[in-house]
Amino acid sequence: MPWIRKDLISIEELSPEEILTVFNTAESFKKILTRKTAKTPALRGKTVVNLFFENSTRTRVAFEMAATKLSADVMSLDMKTSSTSKGETLRDTVENIRALAADMIVIRHSAPGSAAYIAKVLDIPVLNAGDGAHEHPTQALLDCFTLHEKFGSLQGLKVAILGDILYSRVARSNIWAMNKLGAEVTLVGPATLVPREFEQLGVTVSHDLKSALADKDAVMLLRIQHERQNASAFPSLNEYTRMFGLNKTRLSWLKENAVIMHPGPINRGVEIDSELADSSQSVILDQVTNGLATRMAALYLCSGGSAEAIAS
Amino acid sequence: MSPITRIKGGRVIDPKNKRDEVADLYFQDGVIVEPPSSDSKENVVEIDASGLVVTPGLVDLHVHYRVPGQTHKETIQTGTAAAAAGGFTSVVCMPNTSPPADTAGTIQYIKDAVKREAVVHVFPTGCITVGMEGERLAPTGSLRNAGAVAISDGGKCVQNNGLMRRAVEYAHMFDLPVIDHCEDYALSADGVVNEGYVSTKLGLKGSPTEAEDVMVSRNVILSAKTGGHIHLQHISSKGAIDIVRRAKARGVNITAEATPHHMSFSDTALSEFDTNFKMNPPLRAEEDRIAILDGLEDGTIDCIATGHAPHTDYEKDVEFDYAPFGVIGLETALGAVLGELYHSKRLSLSGTLSLLTNRAADVLRLDKGSLGIGCDADIALIDPDLEWTPQGDAFHSKSENSPWIGRLLKGKVVTTIVSGKTIYHNGSILA
Repeated sequence: MPWIRKDLISIEELSPEEILTVFNTAESFKKILTRKTAKTPALRGKTVVNLFFENSTRTRVAFEMAATKLSADVMSLDMKTSSTSKGETLRDTVENIRALAADMIVIRHSAPGSAAYIAKVLDIPVLNAGDGAHEHPTQALLDCFTLHEKFGSLQGLKVAILGDILYSRVARSNIWAMNKLGAEVTLVGPATLVPREFEQLGVTVSHDLKSALADKDAVMLLRIQHERQNASAFPSLNEYTRMFGLNKTRLSWLKENAVIMHPGPINRGVEIDSELADSSQSVILDQVTNGLATRMAALYLCSGGSAEAIAS
Repeated sequence: MSPITRIKGGRVIDPKNKRDEVADLYFQDGVIVEPPSSDSKENVVEIDASGLVVTPGLVDLHVHYRVPGQTHKETIQTGTAAAAAGGFTSVVCMPNTSPPADTAGTIQYIKDAVKREAVVHVFPTGCITVGMEGERLAPTGSLRNAGAVAISDGGKCVQNNGLMRRAVEYAHMFDLPVIDHCEDYALSADGVVNEGYVSTKLGLKGSPTEAEDVMVSRNVILSAKTGGHIHLQHISSKGAIDIVRRAKARGVNITAEATPHHMSFSDTALSEFDTNFKMNPPLRAEEDRIAILDGLEDGTIDCIATGHAPHTDYEKDVEFDYAPFGVIGLETALGAVLGELYHSKRLSLSGTLSLLTNRAADVLRLDKGSLGIGCDADIALIDPDLEWTPQGDAFHSKSENSPWIGRLLKGKVVTTIVSGKTIYHNGSILA
């Protein structure tokens, strides 16, 4: 199925076929990345501007690397120290960057809807690298691509997402993606971070770790974002670990050979025992590697590239 | 004596006096008068109202006119022009100006601006607490003496229940109503939309209806304790309406208003992060919207008020989280309300207009909202079936932050008369 979108703002708006188009394209790029010269001229002459209004290491580097591997020129701006702090509006900032001949914009911002907002303002492709607690589409694409590789398909797969769901854009994007691809999703964590409203998104909500992990093919852990929450969401990190941290015993509640996922950065000893993060069941670093290929695919497709052309 | 004006051939709907008939209406020297006797030699000027509804000028208990201090958003001149263009002839303006109207001097400043610029009647309110900070009582008696018709902390809610009790007790001594924006800040917790499916889906911080319900309950309890009158602004939750209904049944001295936007939209309108749908309280769930319509129908909610809250385009054209709360509403209220209550066949035309005229005036005991003999000739000539689509640049308000831009409305004012003077006709301010 051809990709006709200028922007990648949310998984909610994608069809299952579009998601699979990204996977196919990512597979092609993954092959290119194993070559001796792991680079393709697909975006030569284009300039990709990364606008990061929030801290990020992994996502920013992955987008920079993806643009570089596509032969684009890339620059990353730390917007916390830029003109917006002098009172410039987001609209004015991005219109100025557009006027300086940017060809594509990747944006991370703390305000939900900000990527959609600038996509409406600008005529060039906009990729959402995380907008508040709303969506983080490329993260979900790389997560599901990893499951897709591991299991062949997400159809019928049982996945538990464990942790801070309420404040998580990763959870929201993954719920949309996994549902669209036929997986069954269970959300689990403390009631204050996993409210019942999520059931309306077509998932099961649980506060009982044992039953939630039973028979799952994969568990995705989310970082406890203790810098974001008001103190009252749960009593302490220590109590969180006792109630919901993944350890060896709890790992055994999942299916044998179930995979452990985490979008990073991980808090070792909080949501996951350190040794599990490094165990053979962990696909955490596979996710990171796949993040490069999927972001290459996203940049390439939004710039107008065709999935067929890159496959041949 | 100046000539008598005859508004001829219209359907006169005067809910206060239970009048609904095709008749002529007469006024002279700014006051409604009896029809002249058949042998009268007085000059008669005629206004043709055939095919139109002749009703008391509308009354809005809740507008923000931004004077003093925020005249880039609205002025008394533009704000009252917007009122006239919406059929409103009396408005009550909130004290959350810059500085807040917490002294007699600021009330006088507003009254001076009204005298210079206003084309409709403007009734100021003063603050409950100094600076609207919720810590010390503002000089309530002085505010009353300066002309405040009620006290309110504007868009803020006094969180300290003990202080609120004193405020209501003290104001009751002057027979001054206390108007409250009901919100428990610990529960609303910086929420920008209603807490529910939409906030969950969009990742926006949710403010639960319970933040409103808790303060509505608080106010019911304090009104019952003190006997003081508390008026609840822009009630928006099903739970809060139920609390009011039960309080009224046992005679508690509280009243409530609802806005056209909470009547018309639910939080599902927010799917595009459009900041013209960002207001506080936020648009609620569909069941809350239906509860508001039910509450208006059965009288639990006393009246409709717009909450007219102008903000410039550059203030609203930002990330959703950073946009100010509030929408304008004076020029679209009539069409929106007729659509939800009259054209939907929930209420008669008279019953619908009553919520915008006499029942609104009665809440603050304003001598308005009636076409009785001797009343001010504040009159709106309306076409309840006229279809029109609001456009941003056609508003008389200085701001264009309306959720109704581009949406078809049915019902519009044709002519607005204030104290016998035609100040608005067919799209133009004449004053």
